[in-house]
Amino acid sequence: MITRRQLIKTGMAGSVVLLAAGFLASPQPDLPAASQGRLVFLQAADAQIIRSLAPVMLGMAGLALDDIVRGVDVAIAHLLPAVQQELRQLFDLLGNRWARRWLAGVHSPWAQATPDELAAFLQRWQQSPLLLLRSGFQALHALINAAWFGNPASWSALGYQQPQQVMGLLP
Amino acid sequence: MSLPDPVADGVASGWRVLDGAAQTQDLQLSCDVLIIGTGAGGGMTAEVLAQAGLDVLMVEEGALRTSRDFRLLEAKAYPELYQESASRKTADKAINILQGRTVGGSTTVNWTSAFRTPPETLAWWGERYGLQGLNPQAMAPWFDLAEARLGIADWQTDPNPNNSVLERGCQALGLKHGRIRRNVRGCWNLGYCGMGCATNAKQSMLVTTIPGALQHRAGLLARARVDRLLPAADGKTLQGAEGSLLAADGHGLTGRKFAVRARHVVLAAGAIGSPAILLRSQLGGAQVGRRTFLHPVVVSGAVMPQRIEAYNGAPQTVYSDHFMHTQPLDGPLGYKLEVPPVHPLLMGVTLSGFGAASAGLMQQLPHLQVVLALLRDGFHPDSQGGQVRLRQDGSPELDYPLNDVLWDGVRRSWLTMAELQFAAGARQVQVLHEQADLQSSWKATRAQILQLPLKPLLARVVSAHVMGGAAMSSQPEEGVVDEYGRHWQLRNLSIIDGSVFPTSIGANPQLSIYAFALRAAHHLRDALNRG
Repeated sequence: MITRRQLIKTGMAGSVVLLAAGFLASPQPDLPAASQGRLVFLQAADAQIIRSLAPVMLGMAGLALDDIVRGVDVAIAHLLPAVQQELRQLFDLLGNRWARRWLAGVHSPWAQATPDELAAFLQRWQQSPLLLLRSGFQALHALINAAWFGNPASWSALGYQQPQQVMGLLP
Repeated sequence: MSLPDPVADGVASGWRVLDGAAQTQDLQLSCDVLIIGTGAGGGMTAEVLAQAGLDVLMVEEGALRTSRDFRLLEAKAYPELYQESASRKTADKAINILQGRTVGGSTTVNWTSAFRTPPETLAWWGERYGLQGLNPQAMAPWFDLAEARLGIADWQTDPNPNNSVLERGCQALGLKHGRIRRNVRGCWNLGYCGMGCATNAKQSMLVTTIPGALQHRAGLLARARVDRLLPAADGKTLQGAEGSLLAADGHGLTGRKFAVRARHVVLAAGAIGSPAILLRSQLGGAQVGRRTFLHPVVVSGAVMPQRIEAYNGAPQTVYSDHFMHTQPLDGPLGYKLEVPPVHPLLMGVTLSGFGAASAGLMQQLPHLQVVLALLRDGFHPDSQGGQVRLRQDGSPELDYPLNDVLWDGVRRSWLTMAELQFAAGARQVQVLHEQADLQSSWKATRAQILQLPLKPLLARVVSAHVMGGAAMSSQPEEGVVDEYGRHWQLRNLSIIDGSVFPTSIGANPQLSIYAFALRAAHHLRDALNRG
């Protein structure tokens, strides 16, 4: 069982990573992908990260990636400024080529990374001894899942539908 | 034919309702009683005081959404009706908190489970905190009153298959269990309580006491966030409160401010919101925000051979308190077993794992059965809950460290849930943990659970019950308010919401808040009408 002391140590290690991320995160971003239309929070490079990760996160091919990107953007737009700031740091970090390579362990730019490489990254962060990296995975997991399963286009594959006896009575 | 919306009709008929987003100038308001927050505490208090002829003003951070806005759509409901889009998290992000943020507060989105405060909880408050006035006999009339007001009664319809599995599992293992009473009138048994009740069957504050107060000339200001309480020069009373009007998106600031002068202030912003307002006001002393409890919840999913459709039907109708009574109240944490409704967005977000494995589970959604265990925190000496604090921008954050005594309860309750699901005929079971996967036998699941590392953000932990942080006490230095919610230092401030509970409740808390609020509000009404 994890002790309080270990927890504090992990938390501190997490802060060190975040600090390092601050230094890494400004220069030399990967080239931005093609523009996504009107997005509120996500920048083109962030949108590419979501496009690359969503099929691996969801374990599905042929997804409506534009819808997922828009869904993630809308979800973030509804979060508190303090939480948005943390997500900005996360995307800036992942968008930086050095951090992508050394912290995420993804060698190719996001648009070219293979599914295996992306899955290995997700698994590393999911299972990381560092709380901060685990929370990075969880943020991506929640955003991508919310964007897809909140979209009625995902429902038929699940065998889910809203109760028909009431839907016709709604305004 | 379309469904009626009596609250929207009431607003159209001339109720005193202001939308902060629509104001083109700053607002200066005055009233007898300012009520901050419109959930279980604020809603109940508003009706009692308005019916007594007092001039009541309710101020709510969330928007006024009514049944016509409730479309059984998660992607619409969560951003509109919940704190932080239903993704509010503790400081280390290990616990996801579901909490309402709309007129009616969490009562607008809760799952309609109504339990009286367990007698052992009230007895403990008497013994440990000197709150003998809240004993079960003294509280009984207030529970009666709340139940009558909100139609709380036995649920006569059969449990849905998701709840039936819990019942069958309890029967198979010989665990004590029961049926859950619900605050509904004319319920359609749809299962979408968490997205706001489209048929107005749920007797939330939104459709009961708030209209009751508005019919008695109370006012309501929605999309208005209280920034701070305003102390008078004597330091012993409040003049009122001031705050910011929120834009139509519910979060942005319009730049317009509001100020309210009031004879009496009732803080009812919930167990994170109320301590936060005290902290932003630099009022209240060292106890504010301490011992905030969550009933941390862990989850186990099962694939059943038959269709379950856990998204259809009244969400919570069966429970088991068996493991609330197998150890001393202040011993290893007891837990209550219930089931959650299972809708695609919340399930997708809550499931552990990623990729093909979680896709496989999601594609079996109609066969998924889910049990949850709600841990009773705040009784064991090592279960001290969390601390509400402020971020630099003044927004609240709950720091709730997960420690050994909680993790012990997590593992025991996973074992119970998995065994129960297999006993009820599950084909496969998986507890929600990032290193767990579907197992086909109780023996294999048990072996896996015993070796899962207990770490934040590996084990999935959630909460829908925030309690404490401004505790009642019998002595001023030991808490924030007395047993009627009266603030120990500020004579015209009451706190009437879930934040006054000195421990967690040990059951879904809405009825505990209603009963406490009715008692506190009647006491306040008499005091104000005398003065």
